[in-house]
Amino acid sequence: MRANRSIIYLTILVALVLQIIPMPQGVDAYRPDWVLIILCYWGMALPKRVSVGVAAICGIILDLLYGTSLGVHSIALAIPIFIVNANCQKLRNQSMAQQIIAILLLSVVHHLCIYWVQYWVMSLEFRWSLFWPTLTTIILWPWIFWLLRKLRRQFNVA
Amino acid sequence: MNEFFLRGPSLYNRLIIVLVVSMLAIVVESKVDQVKTFRAFLTSFVSPVQYLADMPGEVLNWSANRFASRQKMLEENDRLTTQLTLLNGELQRLALLKFENDNLRQLLAAPVKNDMYKIVAELMSIDNNPYSHQIVIDKGALNAVYPGQAVIDSTGIIGQIVEVGTANSRALLITDTSHAIPVRVGRTNFMSIAAGTGDYFELQLQHVPHSADVREGDLISSSGLGNVFPKGYPVGVVKTVISDESQPFKQVLVSPSANMGRLKFLLLLWPVDKKPEDAFSADELRNIQRSLNEGE
Repeated sequence: MRANRSIIYLTILVALVLQIIPMPQGVDAYRPDWVLIILCYWGMALPKRVSVGVAAICGIILDLLYGTSLGVHSIALAIPIFIVNANCQKLRNQSMAQQIIAILLLSVVHHLCIYWVQYWVMSLEFRWSLFWPTLTTIILWPWIFWLLRKLRRQFNVA
Repeated sequence: MNEFFLRGPSLYNRLIIVLVVSMLAIVVESKVDQVKTFRAFLTSFVSPVQYLADMPGEVLNWSANRFASRQKMLEENDRLTTQLTLLNGELQRLALLKFENDNLRQLLAAPVKNDMYKIVAELMSIDNNPYSHQIVIDKGALNAVYPGQAVIDSTGIIGQIVEVGTANSRALLITDTSHAIPVRVGRTNFMSIAAGTGDYFELQLQHVPHSADVREGDLISSSGLGNVFPKGYPVGVVKTVISDESQPFKQVLVSPSANMGRLKFLLLLWPVDKKPEDAFSADELRNIQRSLNEGE
């Protein structure tokens, strides 16, 4: 049976749209890292399909959409996805609680990378509000995990 | 098929390639100016994603317009007519004042101030990037938008264009930390520079000496120095003045007159020598209005 890979790109596109969709100002600071968790799932389930390269391309697109210097988000996505890829077998066998902790750390790494690279380009003030998206991201992870696994099995993505 | 072995370079090498290329891209972009055009070209590629993200809001707007009750429309029509009449009354006086001012300037052999050309643009999205205040608008190179162009709305100055795509462009708001605008205090003609603080509701006047006469409630408008923003558009109102003699300067906070969180319709300004085809000058707008009034 032919493996259906378009699902991967479709979910990434949806994540990109969700990442920039306009939200009310108060809620905006809590926007989950859609692209990061979608990439994390695929990087864990299909490390051969979604690896550092795909993460870097998604990062460049995010840079263009956000207006940050080209490369900021590609660094910030490539590093977590590298960690996921390298530990994909361990991650797959972990319980949901352990996975949530892993995602929490990955999201923190992601935001720290963005902050750190931007700090290198222009001076910035560190704010704790930086990590608020991490909270919504870990709440979202079980649902995303369940949904994507269902999609992967349904459409036989390999 | 063994999915644990990758074709091509190993995972470590891939990561290193990506990191090196990204760092190079960041350095090159901050040093070389020509990258901007390349970037604008790439941006046009990803603009479909922006349109997709913009769509749910558009659909909501459209259906809200579609199903707005007749009663509400009539009310709005009434309100707008009243507003238009009031503004027209003001405008007549302004036209006279402008005429008088031009005459006086001619007598003084001072250059006559030229009208700006304007196009209405609509907000497409506000960036959720916490480090920079930028917006995307629906006019681009096709409408002769150029980098450094001033963007205002009906309440005051919003910012300036930083990146031009084919059909949309990106503007930096005056509240961004990397933005500063030359301003003048209306009451005393004191000149200063208002820098963004990264807060949508706050600007800070820089290097205000303790002797400067700045009070709460003073109107701040653009001074026209620097040739980016035209002179005389409102920027904000002085919110707080903290005069602490142990500090080298007075701390003056300004609340912007435009509400950066609720932008919708914006105006792009062109100086006379850069007039695009579909823009209107103030005189043309007046003529259009006159013909509308005669039609009634």
